[in-house]
Amino acid sequence: MRPGLRQRLTGGGKPGGHRATGGTARAEEQEEIPGTDDGPWGRPPVIEVRSLLKTYGHGDAAVRALGGAPDPVTGVSPGVDLLVEQGDMVAVMGSSGSGKSTLMNILGCLDVPTEGRYLLDGIDVGGLDEHQLSLVRNRKIGFVFQSFNLVPRTPALAQVELPLAYAGVKSAERRRRALAALELVGLADRVGHRPNELSGGQQQRVAVARALVTAPAMLLADEPTGNLDSHSTEEVLAVVDRLNASGRTVVLITHEDEVARHAKRVITLVDGQVVRDVRQAPADGPPPALRDPAGFLSAAPHALTRGGAV
Amino acid sequence: MNPLETLRFAVGGLAANKVRSALTMLGVLIGVAAVIILLAVGNGSSQSVKDSIEKLGTNALTVSSGTGFGGGGAGGGQSSSAATTVKPLTVDDARALADPSSAPHIESVAPEVTSSSQTALYDGASHDVSQVVGTYPAYFKTSNSKVGKGDYFSADDVLNSRKVAVIGSTTATDLFGTANPVGKKIVLGGTPFTVVGVLEAKGGTGFQDPDDVVVAPLPTVQNAFTGFGSVSQILVEATSAGATTQAQNEITTVLMGTHGIKDANALDFRISSQQSLLSTQSDTNKTFTVLLGAVAAISLLVGGIGITNIMLVTVTERTREIGIRKAIGAPRGVILGQFLAESTLLSLIGGGLGVVAGLIGSRFTIVGIKPVIIPESVWGAFAIAVAIGLFFGGYPANRAAALRPIEALRHE
Ligand SMILES: Nc1ncnc2c1ncn2[C@@H]1O[C@H](COP(=O)(O)OP(=O)(O)OP(=O)(O)O)[C@@H](O)[C@H]1O
Ligand SMILES: [Mg+2]
Repeated sequence: MRPGLRQRLTGGGKPGGHRATGGTARAEEQEEIPGTDDGPWGRPPVIEVRSLLKTYGHGDAAVRALGGAPDPVTGVSPGVDLLVEQGDMVAVMGSSGSGKSTLMNILGCLDVPTEGRYLLDGIDVGGLDEHQLSLVRNRKIGFVFQSFNLVPRTPALAQVELPLAYAGVKSAERRRRALAALELVGLADRVGHRPNELSGGQQQRVAVARALVTAPAMLLADEPTGNLDSHSTEEVLAVVDRLNASGRTVVLITHEDEVARHAKRVITLVDGQVVRDVRQAPADGPPPALRDPAGFLSAAPHALTRGGAV
Repeated sequence: MNPLETLRFAVGGLAANKVRSALTMLGVLIGVAAVIILLAVGNGSSQSVKDSIEKLGTNALTVSSGTGFGGGGAGGGQSSSAATTVKPLTVDDARALADPSSAPHIESVAPEVTSSSQTALYDGASHDVSQVVGTYPAYFKTSNSKVGKGDYFSADDVLNSRKVAVIGSTTATDLFGTANPVGKKIVLGGTPFTVVGVLEAKGGTGFQDPDDVVVAPLPTVQNAFTGFGSVSQILVEATSAGATTQAQNEITTVLMGTHGIKDANALDFRISSQQSLLSTQSDTNKTFTVLLGAVAAISLLVGGIGITNIMLVTVTERTREIGIRKAIGAPRGVILGQFLAESTLLSLIGGGLGVVAGLIGSRFTIVGIKPVIIPESVWGAFAIAVAIGLFFGGYPANRAAALRPIEALRHE
């Protein structure tokens, strides 16, 4: 690939920008300093989506997953526009079939939009080739799936090492970082376990560890707590909160208000269109749960009952 | 990702389903081993036929009575118009052939009469000799028959119609056991013969045991069994292996003279050479080897289809896994590499073991044939097995690796 692009993909392109991306080797050391930005126009958006449309199928059978109904006069469908700032924590809500996963898959470079542009860190993803896309997925994005999607028959440690292996990190360094990531999600004592030997919550935490081990600038999670009980949900969310506090941009899909409460910004989708966009906390600084831990806990609708259950 | 890492992933992938991997390898193993062994058997049989024909002597020509095709192109293209009367071959014909002025390329001539199924008796032991040959001493050299014990009978024995005989090794053991037959008297079809020599064993794959024979002077045998009419054939030895064609022409000319034949297309005798026998034999053997090879190739193909099938199943089954790997940033090349490495490993190990099995299997004698390995078949079968693995493993892997991650993840 072009040397300039590689530099941008690994985050070394803009000396002024404090990015959590870092080079893969020095990612852990380089911490984001919240609230300080010496760029003349402030932070550039990490995600910039312009008139995004996604339809499945063709002709009469076409299903519009993202974007509104075509304007009767111009025949142009209004697409989805979205800007996500560096360090923000966004929850995407909406009823089933409203296009949340479709949007997330496009943001994660797992799928391509039918129309519209997606700029990730200023790079138009549509112009990248197969190999560059795999680099983007590997270095810039950590993706957590609703259904875990761990590699079958592979122990947790190897699972978490996998993205590093694809990034070409040396074996010893890989091991060290994978262990650190597993430690972060509280699974240091489960490194040798295969997916079928782990509970759902543990599997999801392995998936989170795998998503964050390359220190990506962006963590995308599609209903990361959808399959988990409230205790496991808290565990996973605590990890996500900490990651966001360290400067990583987080976008997560959820159905639960409980989870959405952790976000700094909540976007609601209806029929493939953004209908509501509420900011709960500034994009800079720690997420709500860490800003005022005591107040956050007491404000929880089921705080007492859940506290008793744990 | 270095190649070693790819290889480790591949080994992991194979180890994940050991039985399936082992069965696939077995398929390739059998295919490769079958190719090597069957071709070796075909080759071995043609080699042994060639050897046994060479033992008969390549300078030798056989003149026999009758019409039809002359061996080795003797007499040229024969038309359907055959001689009306067939003059049998006689001792006079043989004498004419032995004249060096009319047939300079003929080294020696031995007229031959044969009588089959005479019973030989010695000291209470009885044995049915499959062939009794009456001939001249030149017979021994021309037919490549060597005496192991004792001596040949001489021209003098022939002139005096002495009742002496040289017997084949089978006849000797059947009649005398371990005792030395030389000097002993046997009774053959009622006539007593003194054994003067025992032929060396020739061995052979033929229909008739060439070692079950009694060779005696021509007039003696004519007197005792066949009568003094015609001879059954005349053995001629050319001066060299290269002179057989000239010798054939000379025989044709001389015998046309003695038989009074004008038309070269209406001969009443046939000349066959060991060389023509050799070429027809090796032709049939080639067919045999090709047939065996085809059978073997089919089994190799079946082994290859096995690899293809397994790789198709494996890749389809693991399309989700491919999606996961792509989602966490695996480049297409790495995924392709892993699956290619898996199928190549399967075919490499299967093929390697097949070569070993083939080499070991070829050391045993199979249906009486000592297999002779054709080196090309070894690396050929191995290379084909590996190529099949690469190609048919690569195709489904390439298809899966080209999917968008989300398509692969949604795969059911
Ligand atoms: N591969 C596909 N082929 C056809 N239609 C699809 C495909 N994937 C999604 N859709 C359709 O697109 C629409 C949006 O789907 P999407 O998966 O984005 O919903 P969602 O908001 O994630 O729902 P949920 O909360 O249930 O996960 C749905 O109507 C769905 O039927
Ligand atoms: Mg969904």
